[in-house]
Amino acid sequence: MPLTLPRRGLFALEILFWIALAASFFVFPDRLYLLTQILIAALFAVSLDIALGYAGILTLGHAVFFGMGAYAAGLLAKAGWAEPLTGLALAFVLCGLVAYALSVMIVRAGELTQLMVTIAVGAIVVEIANQATPITGGSDGLQGISMWPVLGAFDFDLWGKTAFVYTFVVVLALFIVVRRMLQSPYGLALKGIHGNRKRMYALGSPVEGRLRFAYAASAAIAGVAGALLAQTTEFVGLDTLSIDRSAAVLIILVLGGTGRLYGGIVGAIVYMVVHDFFADLSPEFWMFWLGLFLMAIVMIGSGGILGGLSRLVRSERS
Amino acid sequence: MTAAPALSVAGLTVAFGGIVAVNDVTLDLPVGARHALIGPNGAGKTTFVNLLTGTLKPTAGTIRIGDEDVTRLDTRSRVKRGLTRTFQINTLFAGLTPLEAVSLAIAERDDLAGIWWRRLGGFPAVRDEAEALLSSLRLIEHARVPTGELAYGKQRLLEIALALAAKPRILLLDEPAAGIPAGESREVFEVVDALPDDISVLFIEHDMQLVFRFARRIVVLTSGSVLAEGTPDEIRRNDDVRAAYLGSTHV
Amino acid sequence: MGIVVFDGLAFGALLFLISVGLSVTMGLMNFVNLAHGAFAMAGGYAASVVMNAYGFGFPAALLAGFVAGAVSGAAVEVLFVRRLYRSHPLEQVLFTIGLVFASIATATYFFGPTMQPFSIPPYLEGNFAFLGAELSRYRLFLIVVGVIVVAALVLGLDRTRFGAMIRAAVDNQRVARGCGINVDRLFLATFTLGCGLAGFGGALSLGMLTLNPIFPLKYMVYFLMVVCVGGAGTITGPFLAALIVGIGDVAGKYYVPQTGGFLIYLLMLALLLARPNGLVVKKGAR
Repeated sequence: MPLTLPRRGLFALEILFWIALAASFFVFPDRLYLLTQILIAALFAVSLDIALGYAGILTLGHAVFFGMGAYAAGLLAKAGWAEPLTGLALAFVLCGLVAYALSVMIVRAGELTQLMVTIAVGAIVVEIANQATPITGGSDGLQGISMWPVLGAFDFDLWGKTAFVYTFVVVLALFIVVRRMLQSPYGLALKGIHGNRKRMYALGSPVEGRLRFAYAASAAIAGVAGALLAQTTEFVGLDTLSIDRSAAVLIILVLGGTGRLYGGIVGAIVYMVVHDFFADLSPEFWMFWLGLFLMAIVMIGSGGILGGLSRLVRSERS
Repeated sequence: MTAAPALSVAGLTVAFGGIVAVNDVTLDLPVGARHALIGPNGAGKTTFVNLLTGTLKPTAGTIRIGDEDVTRLDTRSRVKRGLTRTFQINTLFAGLTPLEAVSLAIAERDDLAGIWWRRLGGFPAVRDEAEALLSSLRLIEHARVPTGELAYGKQRLLEIALALAAKPRILLLDEPAAGIPAGESREVFEVVDALPDDISVLFIEHDMQLVFRFARRIVVLTSGSVLAEGTPDEIRRNDDVRAAYLGSTHV
Repeated sequence: MGIVVFDGLAFGALLFLISVGLSVTMGLMNFVNLAHGAFAMAGGYAASVVMNAYGFGFPAALLAGFVAGAVSGAAVEVLFVRRLYRSHPLEQVLFTIGLVFASIATATYFFGPTMQPFSIPPYLEGNFAFLGAELSRYRLFLIVVGVIVVAALVLGLDRTRFGAMIRAAVDNQRVARGCGINVDRLFLATFTLGCGLAGFGGALSLGMLTLNPIFPLKYMVYFLMVVCVGGAGTITGPFLAALIVGIGDVAGKYYVPQTGGFLIYLLMLALLLARPNGLVVKKGAR
């Protein structure tokens, strides 16, 4: 019999979770770089969850928006305007608009076609970034980014303190927006489309429009995650756009649990910590076990970490 | 002058490749109608409903809602004009509760479902209406149970609740009692019977007892064409219908 | 121009050999398989080992490639894939990505990250002159093999009992099952044959592509592209698509080398937009 939590208890748990994340700043002062990376990966995975877990769009090219956001923020800084928040806003708007335009091809297509279109767009964008060496630095990456202080007051320091706090605040703010979105009538409509598209048509729902918005929102947030990476590491590499990164974020999300709001965050923490732990071993070793793990997670069908937890603990329904 | 029928269909035809599934059907559904659409399996009944809702595009013919030609409009536009349906096979949201599902249907009807910046809880009118609708269908005690865990008969009622949430003027019911044991199917039809008089209803049903009890007019479809149309008494006496469809069944 | 078309055809024939099994299994079972290239890689390594370590000839190597692909395919089908036919496409994607990772790591462990040595047998070596162009014998051999296989598959699908069962199951699985066709066994046989052909293609690819552990990932998009553009569940569709992709890729890299490989992706997007269900639509699909 699953343990039932009252709704208030669940909310308290959420607050505690974020306090614990914030507290990691003091507990692991020498691992701030890793912690910042985890937060960025978490935001990226949450963004993917909107498209994949809620809207049901199968994509293997989400890194396109992550990388696009990273390059946008990096290039803006190099072009002479290194104010961090403007960079985030640019990434958000640019990725949202590009995704909205691309979504025409994606929302009506079957799963295989969605997969192919997202892979193909990813490959094209990587190649463009690779060829446009004068702008993007090509395979050397975009170097020499130097950000202005956050809000004109907080310099990015060598120890990554500002980077962590800045990332934490941005990730939390966007997470609150996403959380609100999924509790809204629109969020319910997304669950409806994911649950039974045929019925949504019969209810008169403009299904394609709803999905296009979800894809754009998802991409915009992925863009911000990429921009955060560019600003906090002051470097953008081609790998930010690559299919490897698209696959990694998919793995992170599935590891945590899709369609569960916190799945991306939990997945990012576990994946990054484990990856960091095994970083000294050979990459083949990591790849082998990751592969076996993926096969196992599908065969066992656990619904990720949160899926497993939800069988033990239930919350009251609204 | 009589008022325009709620729904009128003229010469409606659809062919898939060489097969004519619906052939030159002409039919009026007056305001407040309780029409039954009967016919053997494969007669084209569900295809006809799919044409009416815009899921399929006709090869020829017109569909009008009131005075307006909707033949070229998509499903959404027709729903907005008051035409909704239920499905023969449960087409529900297994993961949502009935309360959530009906709230969603109401939100879509009122164009609130695009709102992403406010909580669903911030729309008490939607919730109240959903609860009232579920009460009227005696589903309220199941309102917070995930749909997938509901008994089959309750799911059939939820099918109707979702269609009613759109506040339809025309309601198409595709075998609303399909799969329910005979004794319980009456409950579904009592819901249909209790609908307000300004809703026009067309229902597909195989159980002749239910048809003759609840329909005011009956349309018989065979091989995609209308074989006969009339009151239950006329259909009962119609020799063509007896020969072609009812066969030796005593009714 | 001539040489571009010729090399494109040869690459296309290779793509077809490897991808045709993927196309049939996707059409038959709706199984999204990103790991198909792993079976081709298995065939490639088997052929390489048979030739380099045991000193067998090229024909034996091709046979070994087919057998390695078929055996590994059958094993994976029986152990895992048959439980995933009804799963959500996302789960199929994840599982097959996992399989790709595991196969890459395994190949690296046993064979190292570098390319496998291969020498084309003397009777297929060298060039021949045709209409003023110097064309490779080996690539002509690839084209001939591709044409023979496509003809055999089309005939086999059309004329044999096994082919009729596949066609029935692609059309309507439920009815096929109702007609007494053992669909589970049919799936296994089809998957095995498809992986065997992939292994055969992998062995042939030794003479044209580079075989190293990242093979399944490097060419994954090409295989999927062939299926997606050609339409899942047919033979002629993937054949046409493979030739288009092959020629398009070679032409793109030949005429506009600076834009590299991405012309082929543009081509695919255009084809997908124009024919969302593929070039040759399988029967029964609307």
